[in-house]
Amino acid sequence: MTARDVLPIVVVVALLALIPPLVSSNTVLNFLVFTLIIALAAQGWNILGGYGGQYSFGHAVFFGTGAYATAVLQVHAGLNAWLTFGLGIAAGALVGFVIGFLSFRSGLRGSYFALVTLAFAEVFRIVANAAGLTGGAAGILIKLDVRPENFQFQSRGAFVWIGLGLVAAVLLATRAIERARFGAYLTAVRENEDAARALGVDPFRVKLAAITLSAAVTAAAGCLYAQYFLFLDANIAYGAWISVEALVAPIIGGIGTVFGPLVGALALQGLGHLTSHVAGEVPGIDLVVFGVLLIVMVAFAPEGIVGLLARLRRLGRRRPAEAT
Amino acid sequence: MKIASNTGEELSMSERPLNVSRRKFLQSSAAGAALAATGSVAMPGVLRAQAAPIKVGVLQPVTGALAYDGQQGRIGAELAIRDINAAGGIKALGGAKLEMVFGDARSTPEGGTQEVEKMQAAGVAAIVGGFASPICLATTQAAARYDLPYIVDVGVSDQIVKRGLKNTFRFGPGFGTVATQALDNLARINDAAGKPAKTVVLVHEDGLFGSGLAKLMAAELPKRGFEVLEMIAHPTPTRDMSNVALQIKAKNPDLVIPSSYYGEFVLLSRTMQQQRIRPKGIYAVLNGAASNFRFVKEFPEAANHVMDCNHWHDPRKPKALELRKEVEGKGNFWTYNIPMNYSAVLLLADAMERAKSADRAKIIEALAGSTFAGHIMPYGPTKFADGQNTGAAPVNTQVQGNDIKVIFPETFADAKPVFPVPA
Amino acid sequence: MFSPEIVITAVLNGLLTGAVYALVALGLTLVYGVLHIINFAHGALLTTAMFGVLVLRLGFGIDPYLAILVLTPAFYLLGYALQRFVIGPASHGSDANILLVTLGLAIVIENALLAVFRSDTRSIDVPYAFESVDIGIALLALPRVIALAVSIAVALAMWAILALTDIGKAIRAVAKEKLGAALVGIDVAHVYAVTFGLGTASLAVAACLLMPTFYVTPRVGNAFVFVAFTIVVLGGMGSIPGALVGGLFIGVVESLSGLYFGESLGQIGIFLIFIAILLFRPTGLFGARA
Repeated sequence: MTARDVLPIVVVVALLALIPPLVSSNTVLNFLVFTLIIALAAQGWNILGGYGGQYSFGHAVFFGTGAYATAVLQVHAGLNAWLTFGLGIAAGALVGFVIGFLSFRSGLRGSYFALVTLAFAEVFRIVANAAGLTGGAAGILIKLDVRPENFQFQSRGAFVWIGLGLVAAVLLATRAIERARFGAYLTAVRENEDAARALGVDPFRVKLAAITLSAAVTAAAGCLYAQYFLFLDANIAYGAWISVEALVAPIIGGIGTVFGPLVGALALQGLGHLTSHVAGEVPGIDLVVFGVLLIVMVAFAPEGIVGLLARLRRLGRRRPAEAT
Repeated sequence: MKIASNTGEELSMSERPLNVSRRKFLQSSAAGAALAATGSVAMPGVLRAQAAPIKVGVLQPVTGALAYDGQQGRIGAELAIRDINAAGGIKALGGAKLEMVFGDARSTPEGGTQEVEKMQAAGVAAIVGGFASPICLATTQAAARYDLPYIVDVGVSDQIVKRGLKNTFRFGPGFGTVATQALDNLARINDAAGKPAKTVVLVHEDGLFGSGLAKLMAAELPKRGFEVLEMIAHPTPTRDMSNVALQIKAKNPDLVIPSSYYGEFVLLSRTMQQQRIRPKGIYAVLNGAASNFRFVKEFPEAANHVMDCNHWHDPRKPKALELRKEVEGKGNFWTYNIPMNYSAVLLLADAMERAKSADRAKIIEALAGSTFAGHIMPYGPTKFADGQNTGAAPVNTQVQGNDIKVIFPETFADAKPVFPVPA
Repeated sequence: MFSPEIVITAVLNGLLTGAVYALVALGLTLVYGVLHIINFAHGALLTTAMFGVLVLRLGFGIDPYLAILVLTPAFYLLGYALQRFVIGPASHGSDANILLVTLGLAIVIENALLAVFRSDTRSIDVPYAFESVDIGIALLALPRVIALAVSIAVALAMWAILALTDIGKAIRAVAKEKLGAALVGIDVAHVYAVTFGLGTASLAVAACLLMPTFYVTPRVGNAFVFVAFTIVVLGGMGSIPGALVGGLFIGVVESLSGLYFGESLGQIGIFLIFIAILLFRPTGLFGARA
């Protein structure tokens, strides 16, 4: 990676990091924390779906595993919250590895892969809803004890920074993958698996690595959710909502790009609040807008917001050149 | 010192420290006292006699899976605010009017939390509502950060009041109370009828509410002389109740005790009717349908004589009946969410009257010591212990002649139980 | 243990429920077989049709079974239009895009229904709702017996359309070899839209069969769609006989596993079957043309 690779990331993250000290409104900070959680989950999805071309419709399975591992290990094993955060990520990665191993070994692609991930998420949801360890349907509550060593903070700003730190780490990691041989393999597999194999790439191993990494990142989002809201139940952790959020954000933002998930999450969450403000009385209208936007973006800007911006920049650059 | 209007969220946030000093300043002048008490300072109204309105957060899920309940709860809260304002507002605060700040919890905890933040930014004096336990668990905690008083309307999970949150008050009964009451009432109804029922099948949805309740009931029913033949769990949604009905048929119990949501209960009772399964009674607990007029109206035959132990208004209170008539007159169905939220808002208003302030700490104090009897639920005066209204209890209702009647306890009843159900 | 009567009744009930599952799966598998896409809006379209039945009944007093005559052509047209003017153009022929566009459609439809009808649980009362057919060993609900008969009839009709008509031949040609079909002058976009229309029309029938015994909320379709996915995979994606047999099979499996393992875990059974088939036999149990 060169300085030119890293610089935009540093600038964007630094700008976002300035928000907590400048904005005292907790509404904004709370919005930002939630958006960063979604962005992180979406960054995870983007590694597998965006770069690797494997569309998962069940990333909730990783999100939920991270979240539950964090909560259960604290509540039942009495482990420190910072430690469980790491263990949650590891648990998510493990689940990703197993699901990836099973699905990719069977050669599932496209719609089939989408369906199998969806089904795994449902199985986990039903089990979590019935099991005693997860608190069953009553859910699990992490004890409110606001101390930094418990990963609980009085100020929302602290969570913004932690969320931002994780997002920044994944931004850098994604950029590094783009520049590394692994990234080249991954896109080769996305474009044409058979051709990639002919070039000596092992698609199975590449996809397996991608899903494990992807799961770890999305699990981190789950851990952060658990630690921020301190309550989980099966429909939160393994519900279809997060699978959809994790997938829609990169598509709106720019699939297979470093900034896509973050941009998409910010745009969508922002839009959601805007439309629910405008729609006011009528329930559901904001989500109608959400759906329409998804279709419109796929139809007219399949490269997402990041792609649109890049296109504008290219236009802008070309014009002065043409003038001379 | 600029006197700003409370329009933008950011504005009011940055204004908060200012308000405190302004309050101290104004309290010294008699004319300003009422105004200052509202906690947020209104426009040039400083010199007007009319006190500034007090903002009250009403939080309900009106989109997503729980939207129907949220919509009903909102109706209750809105009617209460209307009635309070029509009767002259908060008199101790110079007739200050209540102003609703509505928030849609979107049927999720994080949706609810975001609304709490918005309400906090809008400068509400307190929040009422929540409906579902997961939402209430998250939102009470978010409100606790700001010592923002929070009256839970329904949320039955007992965890809600067991976390030592000082700001959280639950007006209605929790799981434990409902389950014990349901069992006690059942035993009494059964005894009064000459103990016709001995065996029971429990049918419950497998979520938070159904499975928790069923577990409690299975442990407690044998102590009261009932034999539990079977516990049948089903998910929400369930597409087909034939199997559940079949199992009931096989066990042939005297009583069926379902705790499910509306759709599933409707399916179950229809399927039972279809399969000609006629136990001596159907005794629902906190059921979504058995005290729902839509069910009674759409399926009078299947609904007839179903008993329910649930939240319900006090049918002896004229205000409750008047309210029901009004709601029904507007083409809405009457559900327990309406009187519960109506009462919870009245309870809040009463606390403000007694606190003579809209200051959060004072409201919390007033709520904690509240003995409010002006509500329309069958509870008696409120009395809070660790945030739980200890007088809160469910009542038994029964569908009789296309109406829902309270049959137990006798003090609140407007009809006699029909049990065992005539074959 | 359960007595033989109960087990037999459970099997019969499973068949009756499975028939409607099959009908929902029919549309899904048809669309998959030809367009090679998974239509995530399938559940939302089923919900729309169910609200259609409700509105016709409450607003115009039309019996749900008569509503078949109104809703089936209406939904054929709706499906045709959706594919021709929304899904087709918006997805630029990429499978991944189609997944996303249908997902977007599902979100739009579900929430538009929420905005219009609110999330109240609605149902209709028909005079025959509680009629039963007594076959000696079990009481079967009349509306569900009707649903079984009509579902089989629709599956046969669908098969006949594909096997015998000109458009059926065109559909099969496109399903097999899109480019070749285009070369011999078949309007592929039209064929796609017809297929989508047929799939949507079968949902309208399913809705009419469901409403006499079921209820509707803006999200109710999702309850059926997961099962329909399973059936489609089980029967072999694109296979009409597979969908019918798969539907009946899943109905029975769900019914029996519900009886023996409880309804909640019974649902897991379906997903596990689903995952196992995808992983180990993705062409489906009935060896379809995949």
